[in-house]
Amino acid sequence: MGVDNFLLMKTEMILTLIIFFLLSLKVFTDNKNHIALLNIANVLLCANFIFGFFSNGTGELFNGMFHTNATLALEKNILNLGTFIVSLQAFDWLKTHKHLLEFYILMLTTLLGMDFMISSGNFIMFYLGLELSTIPLAAMVNMDLEKRKSSEAAMKMILSSAFASCITLFGISMLYGTCGTLNFAEMTPHLNGTPLQLLAFIFVFVGFAFKLSAVPFHQWTADVYEGAPVPVTSYLSVISKGSIVFIFISVLFVLFRQFESMWYNMLYLTIVLTITIGNLFAIRQNNIKRFLAFSSIAQVGYILLGLSSGTWAGASSAIFFLIVYTFSNLGAFGVIALVSAHTGKEEMSDYKGFYTSNPVLCWVLTLSLFSLAGIPPTAGFFGKMFLVTAGAGKGNYVLVSIAVLNMVISLYYYLKVVKYMFMDKNEMPIVKLKGSNSLRLALAVCMIGVVVTGFASGLFENINTIIGK
Amino acid sequence: MNNLSLLLLVPLLTAVAVLFCRNSSQVKGVSLFGSLAQLTLATFTMFSYMGERAAGNKAQMLFESRYSWYSNLGIEYYVGVDGISIAMIMLTAFVVVAGILVSWRIEKLTKEFFFLLLLLSVGAYGFFISLDLFTMFFFLELAVIPKFLLIGIWGSGRKEYSAMKLALMLMAGSALVLIGLLCLYFNTNVNGAHTFDLLKISQQHIPIEAQRFIFPLMFVGFGIFTALFPFHTWAPDGHSSAPTAASMFLAGISMKLGGYGCLRVATYLMPEAAHEYSWIIILLSTIAIIYGAFATLMQKDLKYINAYSSVSHCGFVLFGIGMLTKTAITGAVMQMVSHGLMTALFFGAIGMIYERTHTRMVEQLGGLLKTMPFIITVFVIAGLCSLGLPGFSGFVAEMTVFMGSWQREGMFNHVATVLACASIVVTAVYILRATGSSVMGPIRNPEFMTLKDASWNEKMASGLLIIGILAIGIAPFWLNNLISADTQAIMDNVSRGVALTLK
Repeated sequence: MGVDNFLLMKTEMILTLIIFFLLSLKVFTDNKNHIALLNIANVLLCANFIFGFFSNGTGELFNGMFHTNATLALEKNILNLGTFIVSLQAFDWLKTHKHLLEFYILMLTTLLGMDFMISSGNFIMFYLGLELSTIPLAAMVNMDLEKRKSSEAAMKMILSSAFASCITLFGISMLYGTCGTLNFAEMTPHLNGTPLQLLAFIFVFVGFAFKLSAVPFHQWTADVYEGAPVPVTSYLSVISKGSIVFIFISVLFVLFRQFESMWYNMLYLTIVLTITIGNLFAIRQNNIKRFLAFSSIAQVGYILLGLSSGTWAGASSAIFFLIVYTFSNLGAFGVIALVSAHTGKEEMSDYKGFYTSNPVLCWVLTLSLFSLAGIPPTAGFFGKMFLVTAGAGKGNYVLVSIAVLNMVISLYYYLKVVKYMFMDKNEMPIVKLKGSNSLRLALAVCMIGVVVTGFASGLFENINTIIGK
Repeated sequence: MNNLSLLLLVPLLTAVAVLFCRNSSQVKGVSLFGSLAQLTLATFTMFSYMGERAAGNKAQMLFESRYSWYSNLGIEYYVGVDGISIAMIMLTAFVVVAGILVSWRIEKLTKEFFFLLLLLSVGAYGFFISLDLFTMFFFLELAVIPKFLLIGIWGSGRKEYSAMKLALMLMAGSALVLIGLLCLYFNTNVNGAHTFDLLKISQQHIPIEAQRFIFPLMFVGFGIFTALFPFHTWAPDGHSSAPTAASMFLAGISMKLGGYGCLRVATYLMPEAAHEYSWIIILLSTIAIIYGAFATLMQKDLKYINAYSSVSHCGFVLFGIGMLTKTAITGAVMQMVSHGLMTALFFGAIGMIYERTHTRMVEQLGGLLKTMPFIITVFVIAGLCSLGLPGFSGFVAEMTVFMGSWQREGMFNHVATVLACASIVVTAVYILRATGSSVMGPIRNPEFMTLKDASWNEKMASGLLIIGILAIGIAPFWLNNLISADTQAIMDNVSRGVALTLK
């Protein structure tokens, strides 16, 4: 194994180095100076994001266990960017937290797991990556150690994830039984649609649907999102979901291409249920984190709509949407994290009269919500449009109509929050808040992303060319 | 950078500049300056357009400019205008200036208010000049959400309910448009690729089966913006809760987005379906005209009176489009411009009255002519224009629609035309009753004795709109010449399509 081979795994190498560095900080220093530690972590994550753009090779390692190419490098960059923003947002919450280094170590471990999972060329590798990214997440959900809700959420998450893993693993074992191999490239010729294989595929699909919190496997989402600390929630809703979408693309489009007619129908049903139920439940929520949980469930439906096209153009619109979604969802969660860290308020009605005290934060939240709702001129409009266009390419206008009309329903609840903030009066509005510099940086990055990403068509065209290769 | 892109850039830059102002008088100054600049630019564009046409330029669209935007999906930034768009641009420019002038007394969150007004005007301009359907749709949606905030924050009455209803109904309309748009897109084929280019699509022959599916989606979608019966319910609530300038924008510009879309996108691109479904359009718009007129009779609030009468008047726009004769379509475009100016003036005058008397109820007003002659004169002029008095624009437009409708053969169409004509009588009743009892007679409330007449900004706003109304009313041939060639182009497409179906 020469240096070139190491370079293929450079993202994972760098992450591992950062993890060990933070671990040694934990062990060898008294880590009293929280601000300095946080700044170190942020700088490292920023560097990690920047390194992601350089010397990205194409190739495979370990007998096809691990492979990488330009698309995967792009996907990892998106995850790195998201993690960096989450880390900036967590500043206000972590600066008084006892276990801030553990938080970073756990978070980066999950990121490492995701990177391995995306790059996997073999179900064993995939499963390792999946578990590596899931188990520390449960610990992260429990980071608010003194809160019962936090522990409850972690418990729910670990139990239901374990269950979902089992189902996936069962599916994988059946696939192994019928194909005699777990290597993606070697499996493809053996996949001929025998009933056992289809059953196995359904099990694997369910595992993915669970991780994506697609309906009807979404039950864990709202409770976990509500119980977890806000930065963890935003990490769960953006990064964790994004990584699953990325591997889902390769699994559906490459490995199970023969089953396209089948997974199209499964996706069809899942999309309709996910979008509709996600939206209808979002209307009923009073807690802003639960509300965003259900709204993110509905968003997953749109991503799946792009995938249902079965074309690489659809896949690239899904990736583009994930970038937009990262900016808009993290923008929204950034404001909520700030409010939650300083006042502990997480109910939607607490946001009444928010505009009178915090106009700038209010506009940030509004723009993020508009972007999630797909209203121009925000990037969300373009993201949704491309997904819907990709979905319509299949010619199934019933599906497209359901998705598009659901955008109107979703508009209702997004506008309801906007109404609370701008129009309703409140005797005790949230006090004037001043975020740390790093949080403000995070929000600025998100807002630039929300406004610019849509107009700068180069990004979407680049994704298309990279994926088209 | 050509004129048209400037037309987008000027309001956009003004809106951005507003954000950097320090106090409310700066905000107002900047917005007024910006809106006057866009009026000048629009006027300049109109004259250079007429110059080009006079010089014999026969191209369908002038001042075209196009840049590739999302090349892999065939999306372009592609703008260009014909006479119809020029008429709509002029309407927008007039209403924007007037709207900014009447908002002079806004004190609550001034910066945000003017920013949203200007953003709305960007959406409207963009919609009228776009020749790429994706870009057009972008601007259509851009013009919706500012209305939600304008009504919800600065409105009166049940403002939150109205704002939400308006936003959801209009967004539902644009969702229907979006579904139609996607279906249309995948039915085009230019050298193996799909296109959003309006002119290219107009030369394609969209299969009639697809047209039967797409046309209703598009027409109803855009129709919701024009308060098509039975989807008109957002209009009365929205108009009456909105602050004055927002009402003016809403009735004067936003409702015209729908009419323009019905004509330019639905009818122009899918002529066979438009012909097949024309009886439904005529039926619904006749109901809207008559229902709107009778519903107005029942109203006691001046803003509700104008809102319901807008439903009735906008019915004429769709009625003219549904009739599919050249004269009727010309009339429909004229009615859009005329109604835009007239209703903006009406809402402006109502706003001025409300600001002073703090009531809009007809029975509580009375004798106002004695205390504020200027405002009331404006109010009466708007009313007379609305009931279609010759000399004002309303008469010209409605007359043209009726003439054109009568040209369409068939008993059904004739009956519909007669019924629509008859609504004018009802219009006369409600207008004369509303103006009569609020303007004439003794002053019912002693507090009204001391009311002040219009200030300079209100005079300017009303003067501007009255100039527009009179210009169309006295010299209708001028507007007619501007749009005649383009309505002919639409009709050519319709007859070509209909001929193809008959084969």
